Amino acid sequence: MGDGLRLNMNALDYLILALYFVTVLGVGFAARRAIRTSVDFFLSGRSLPAWVTGLAFVSANLGALEIIGMAANGAQYGIMTVHYYWIGAVPAMVFLGIVMMPFYYGSKVRSVPEYLRLRFNRPTHLLNAISFAVAQVLIAGVNLYALALIMQLLLGWPLWVAIVIGAFIVLVYITIGGLSGAIYNEVLQFFVIIAGLVPITVLGLVKVGGVSGLMDAVRGSKLGEAGLHAWQGTGSTDNPLGAHWLGIVFGLGFVLSFGYWTTNFAEVQRALSARNMSAARRTPIIAAYPKLLIPVVTVIPGLIALITVKGLGAESGDLVYNNAIPLLMRDLLPNGVLGIAVTGLVASFMAGMAANVSGFNTVFTYDIWQAYFKRDRSDEYYVRVGRIATVVAVLIGIGTAFIAAGFSNIMNYIQALFSVFNAPLFGTFIIGMFWKRMSALAGFWSLLSGTVVALGTYLLYRAGVIDFNSDLEESFWGAGLAFVTVAVVAAIVTPLTRPKGADELTGLVYGLSDTTLKDDSLAGDAAWYRSPVLLGVIAVVLAALFYIPVF
Amino acid sequence: MADDADRYQHGEAHDPLVDETEDAREARSAAARLFDIRRVIGGLFVVYGLIVGLMGLFDSSAEIDKAQGVRINLWAGLAMLVFGLLMLLWQRLRPTEPPEPHTADER
Repeated sequence: MGDGLRLNMNALDYLILALYFVTVLGVGFAARRAIRTSVDFFLSGRSLPAWVTGLAFVSANLGALEIIGMAANGAQYGIMTVHYYWIGAVPAMVFLGIVMMPFYYGSKVRSVPEYLRLRFNRPTHLLNAISFAVAQVLIAGVNLYALALIMQLLLGWPLWVAIVIGAFIVLVYITIGGLSGAIYNEVLQFFVIIAGLVPITVLGLVKVGGVSGLMDAVRGSKLGEAGLHAWQGTGSTDNPLGAHWLGIVFGLGFVLSFGYWTTNFAEVQRALSARNMSAARRTPIIAAYPKLLIPVVTVIPGLIALITVKGLGAESGDLVYNNAIPLLMRDLLPNGVLGIAVTGLVASFMAGMAANVSGFNTVFTYDIWQAYFKRDRSDEYYVRVGRIATVVAVLIGIGTAFIAAGFSNIMNYIQALFSVFNAPLFGTFIIGMFWKRMSALAGFWSLLSGTVVALGTYLLYRAGVIDFNSDLEESFWGAGLAFVTVAVVAAIVTPLTRPKGADELTGLVYGLSDTTLKDDSLAGDAAWYRSPVLLGVIAVVLAALFYIPVF
Repeated sequence: MADDADRYQHGEAHDPLVDETEDAREARSAAARLFDIRRVIGGLFVVYGLIVGLMGLFDSSAEIDKAQGVRINLWAGLAMLVFGLLMLLWQRLRPTEPPEPHTADER
């Protein structure tokens, strides 16, 4: 890699970046005074309004591989990339808000693994808590490495300097400000990311002659007409994504996305910090609206880069698809908006890493340390444990980042490896929530066997024993098989084992208690525009309508 | 710790660990002291808008050419300034009502 991507940052661009760092740290320090109990530290005292938790929810997902990766997918697969948003995210987010959140928020669990402890048993809980905790610290490291890589490429900072600075800032604002520090910064990050991406999109569209100019140019590119359609050509796998519509609907739209969005504590945590049930249910649904529109500033720049950057799509070097957005920044942005765009990218990496770290410290403290090691300590003790866990998580993250720096493929593997855990988890949750007879032991064996099947499919594919058209197809099939395994094992084991009593399950499963808990609604929550069901239905309808022009 | 009967009106499953932290929160949470993030967002965007907008006023023709003839700094600066001011205005018009201590909001 030469100096091909170095940006001409001037002093004012650096001032913009520096102001951002100072603000982020200031938010962490200012959030400190609102922390007295462990729930204040890990769940913002369950006090935040829905728009804050909703934007944090979407921001926590706007991490490293999201923006860079979706622009890369836009350049490589064309419009089909919108499936990751409109069918692969929005329905699952709405489902989380409408159907699952009453169980999560209503039972007052403090984490997603904790739901498993109450619904099933401690082994199920420990299995999930450990796999989640390990995944979060490793993925935090991957995010950190991606941040450092981009800083090196764009600004010429040595890798280790970028890793240490990025890690240090996240460490400070989460250790001091807790989840409030993380969430408030995520809201800020959301707006900075958008402010950075919009000028790239606008100038790119001007350059290619507007939307119609872009469409003409895509037809003449190597993607051709297929690059402009989301569903046409999905009757077979002969399309840019190499995916059949069945795979898109059931694999991506159902098993993969529901697995990610509904059981990933790094996301769900944002909703648990909302101030009441209504706000908690609206959190993922409010997040669905920006999610609907984000492809405008990721997929479209990807297509613009495909057209305007000659030779994009190289196997290695500066012209890999992943550099679509950095290349556009270099070619289009003058100083000023350039500083904003760099800050936006840095913000996105920090948002991703902070979500992992804040998810980790909560699960480590409540689900591992408190549940299995030191049970009867004071509430303040667990705040201290949380702070120490944050420091340890960031240090391990730095270690992972340096390992990833040595083996660049390792980060792809880590991501793919842990996505393997989501589908069986979702299967266990959804069956456990809606089938109250499902026994505790069935929960454990379902989760374990589903995970083994998903992991086995992945490893056999990697080793070349089984063959799929693409990585994506592998993940559809792996997730689908895992889901079926969970269901089959649950159906076999449940009749053979003892059920849990109704008194142990009230509030945790569908049909026991109407989940109308203590009414915690605030004045104004009854307004139609605060109805989770209505907002959710509108989001899904919009997602369907958005497909029409790009069918 | 004593269970809070009101929390489980419908006899929901109890868990001692959950109860302990919820009791601590209800008794001592300091979350009401959290500041309003709209002020920070508004402030940062006003500053960004001023910096970028002023740079836009003095952009050279080379910079404008690079941006496809669009005075992008000026427009982006203005947009960020307006957005920042709107955030501050929203915060002024609809200040957060501090969440009441949780023991007090039972009906």
